[in-house]
Amino acid sequence: MKQKIRDILGKHGGLPVPVETLADDADLYAAGLSSFASVQVMLGIEEAFDVEFPDNLLNRKSFQSVDAITRAVSSLVGNAEAAE
Amino acid sequence: MTLTVGSSLAERAERVSAVAAVHADDVDVKGRFPREAVDAMIAERLLSIQIPAALGGEDASLSQIAEVCSLLGQSCSAAAMVFAMHHIKLSSLVSHGAGDAWHSAFMRRVSDEQLLLASATTEGGIGGNLRNSICAIEIEGDTCRLTKDATVISYGAHADAILITSRAHADAASTDQVMTVFTKDQYTLEQTHVWDTLGMRGTCSDGWLFKGEAPKEQILPKPFAEIAAQSMLATSHLLWSAVWYGIAVNAVARAQAFVRAAARKSPGQTPPGALRLAEASNLLQLVKSNTIAGLREYEAAKADPDRLSSMGFAVAMNNVKIASSETILAIINQAMLIVGIMGYKNGTPFSIGRHLRDAHSAQLMISNDRILGNTSNLLLVHKQDTSLIG
Ligand SMILES: Cc1cc2nc3c(=O)[nH]c(=O)nc-3n(C[C@H](O)[C@H](O)[C@H](O)COP(=O)(O)OP(=O)(O)OC[C@H]3O[C@@H](n4cnc5c(N)ncnc54)[C@H](O)[C@@H]3O)c2cc1C
Repeated sequence: MKQKIRDILGKHGGLPVPVETLADDADLYAAGLSSFASVQVMLGIEEAFDVEFPDNLLNRKSFQSVDAITRAVSSLVGNAEAAE
Repeated sequence: MTLTVGSSLAERAERVSAVAAVHADDVDVKGRFPREAVDAMIAERLLSIQIPAALGGEDASLSQIAEVCSLLGQSCSAAAMVFAMHHIKLSSLVSHGAGDAWHSAFMRRVSDEQLLLASATTEGGIGGNLRNSICAIEIEGDTCRLTKDATVISYGAHADAILITSRAHADAASTDQVMTVFTKDQYTLEQTHVWDTLGMRGTCSDGWLFKGEAPKEQILPKPFAEIAAQSMLATSHLLWSAVWYGIAVNAVARAQAFVRAAARKSPGQTPPGALRLAEASNLLQLVKSNTIAGLREYEAAKADPDRLSSMGFAVAMNNVKIASSETILAIINQAMLIVGIMGYKNGTPFSIGRHLRDAHSAQLMISNDRILGNTSNLLLVHKQDTSLIG
């Protein structure tokens, strides 16, 4: 999951540095993630994992780092599986 | 604080508003700083009402400050906007500087000395894209240094301190920003643009090359992204809207006085402007409701940084700004149609030209197109709030 998230970040994050150079807990905003790009990343993730972010996850914190995004997506994928 | 008769916040604001009204036309014609009104704010200690009581202020809520903005806006837009912008800057200090020694001591100074704070976010090459900077703050030992091509700083030449944005360090990404407080003795300003504008002339929003040097502890201890989301954007949209509402209220009051004078001259006949007045009153109520709803939403979210940083909150605040900045133009235009030539002429009791010119700044003050672009991006993932009461 982390790799897939990293790929999406690389494609839509508009970061001035390669994603590989960022640690899982590195602050993506400090690395240059803009609010515009963070929405593009969210859209990419919704499409790739077939999930929808509820409003309580649509804040800066959920997209602060690769780890944070992974936690957010896991909670959604987990919910989807539990519902099946 | 000892309260004497006639010293409620509303009464103090009314007294300042009366002073501002006397000089409003002169401030506008000469494009000069509303000195008398700002001196009256200082005499009434209005520059520190937002600061916590423990630091010498009065713990005023944003709604109380908005009420003062609206009262001042009814007499002099420039004075009202100076007051609003000062309190927008203070809101960032109160929200993000209270736990920090330098910024707490500075708030105490603002209270004691009634210091006036200005803002420098706009930058040459960036325009109103608040969340991007070209310039970077340099940190060397305990000192920070900043040079910024600040193309618009309202009352820059009259302020006691400037809160200024920049990249966090020389290698920082353009969105990795900080905001720093520089006091007047810590910077020089070299004028680059003259503020000779259609309206809001008394804000004296000239362009300056800013050069400052200060102890690095004066950098606010939070990323500017959080400061913008949690205090500055919301308080800007809400307090600006309160000022704009005040301008529209006064234009409608003038139009109403005109219609009532006509009605008194010929009882039994409804004057021709009466229907338009009813329409203007309807639009005015929309702006008021919109601003109040925004203020309530802010007060409810205030204690919760996550809610303040949420997309739903950003969309709501953006919508308040778009609606009030567009609607006041329709209202004031309506007032002009009601009054006719006596409104178009300067120097009559019914003049509305200044109101209309001042109101035209609202859509540009962070361009509405830019704000709509931001909202449209958020709405790609954020789902519209479907509740009525919230
Ligand atoms: C009365 C007044 C007082 C002010 N005081 C201050 C102050 O004290 N301190 C300060 O820092 N600034 C201040 N400003 C500046 C203000 O906040 C804005 O930053 C500024 O008005 C924007 O300038 P601009 O229109 O040249 O730039 P831009 O924001 O670049 O906009 C230029 C035009 O390009 C278009 N545009 C640009 N980008 C986009 C986009 N992404 N999407 C859609 N359209 C876009 C818009 O249609 C806009 O009309 C003040 C402005 C006013 C009117």
